Amino acid sequence: MIGSDSIDHAGEWLRGTGPDSDVVISSRVRLARNLGGFPFVNRATKRQRSAILERCREFVTSSRLADGVKWIELTESTPIDRQWLVERHVISRQHAQDNRETPRGVAIDADETFAIMVNEEDHLRIQVLRSGMQLGEAFNHINRIDDELEERLDFAYSRKYGYLTACPTNVGTGIRVSVMLHLPALKLTGEIDKVRRAARDMHLAVRGMFGEGSEALGDFYQISNQTTLGKSEPEILSDFQHTVVPQIVAYEKQARQALATHRPAHLDDKIWRAWAILTHARVISAEETLALLSHLRLGANLGRIDTVDVRVLNELLLLTQPAHLQKIVGAEMDPQQRRQARADLLRRRLGTR
Amino acid sequence: MKRTCDRCQNPATHHSVEIIKGQKIEKHLCDACAAEEGYAPAAAHTPVNELLNNFIKSHSGAPTKKDLTCEVCGLSYTQFREKSLLGCPQCYSAFESMIDPLLERAHEGGSHHLGKVPRRAGAGEQRQAQLLHMRKRLSEAVSREDYELAARLRDDINQLETDLSSSSS
Repeated sequence: MIGSDSIDHAGEWLRGTGPDSDVVISSRVRLARNLGGFPFVNRATKRQRSAILERCREFVTSSRLADGVKWIELTESTPIDRQWLVERHVISRQHAQDNRETPRGVAIDADETFAIMVNEEDHLRIQVLRSGMQLGEAFNHINRIDDELEERLDFAYSRKYGYLTACPTNVGTGIRVSVMLHLPALKLTGEIDKVRRAARDMHLAVRGMFGEGSEALGDFYQISNQTTLGKSEPEILSDFQHTVVPQIVAYEKQARQALATHRPAHLDDKIWRAWAILTHARVISAEETLALLSHLRLGANLGRIDTVDVRVLNELLLLTQPAHLQKIVGAEMDPQQRRQARADLLRRRLGTR
Repeated sequence: MKRTCDRCQNPATHHSVEIIKGQKIEKHLCDACAAEEGYAPAAAHTPVNELLNNFIKSHSGAPTKKDLTCEVCGLSYTQFREKSLLGCPQCYSAFESMIDPLLERAHEGGSHHLGKVPRRAGAGEQRQAQLLHMRKRLSEAVSREDYELAARLRDDINQLETDLSSSSS
């Protein structure tokens, strides 16, 4: 069984440390790469897909990257294990799908700061994930991994288009830089729509951090670049690191202060109601949990509630997700059973039984 | 001076001069009479660049948009637009003229790579294309159960890849 040693705690990225971690939950950089001389995954034969997987697995597990790295063969793992990896942001939803035709795998290091998915949309999807605002560190780390891989793997590349990817929206640098932000005050003050619009104007994508494609649950947002061609990696990174993120962070902090100054009772009401429900509920959905944990996290970061540690809240964001719950309990559960197990876990972790 | 048609009283729009047996014969006809006499109607309203494009297309043997296909992986341009996924690295050159405007739209006007260059760039590009072609022939040979050819191709591929990795280290 995957992750038996890390069932009830989170990876490095949810540690709640790092610069601006009250707003920036984590920083992520990913690179898309393909082996030259092979068709892309969607057009490769099963035999070619196996050859690609074999080659990448062999190299990753024998190179200098191999130290403490675990290889997971996804075609052999259970749906719950795959879902568990999705919740931990180690693999994508697409990579977790039940698909016998595409042999797929992922290499993960011990503290889950990096992962290499093999045979997702591209042959290789490399990611580095870190807590707080650490985009520069994440980029340097991923660049070293890329250099290491390039020692032995010949990546599809053209002078004109750069690194060639299955989808032209990733071509060029193949880089996707993103941050996961907690923006509860902008949501409460209704200013979140301005941020969304501004981000769109700057050609950035805004998604929910949990429940991809849907509404951002619990005020957690993921913002990422969309342009990968015609700019260098440092340029893409720098725009993000020095302009986009600091502005949104400052805006959220301003909104938090404004709430504390002008509507303290309203703010405290949100925080304490969240505490009351989370510590007393007997049955609770994942959506409600995220929304309430968001308010509690805001309160803890503003120092308005001292009964709970931010780090515990960060972990609960993850542990209350369906696959995590089922692995902690050690049994498959239907949604109704999960809502009950979720409420039990929350009361236990928040210290009120 | 405004001429009228040689055959009727409409204004003449079609003028031609032919020399037949040393005799100069001038003809002035209106559109309708010119068509009756077998002269092609003047395509006065077709923009020059369209005429040029048609000319280039009909002379270069380039297929029209619809059936443009990547000869390495067999993906057609229509299939690409349906799934938004290309089939192989070679697709980028196969669909170059259509993909370039798409890229500029998707990447804020970016059309050329300005980022990291892998250490083995350049020398690798040609060999990568060669490998793609050979792998295509290999899977064709396997599906035809032509194992003799398949074995030969496999050896060639291995050889080419050995050259590749030894040249880099």
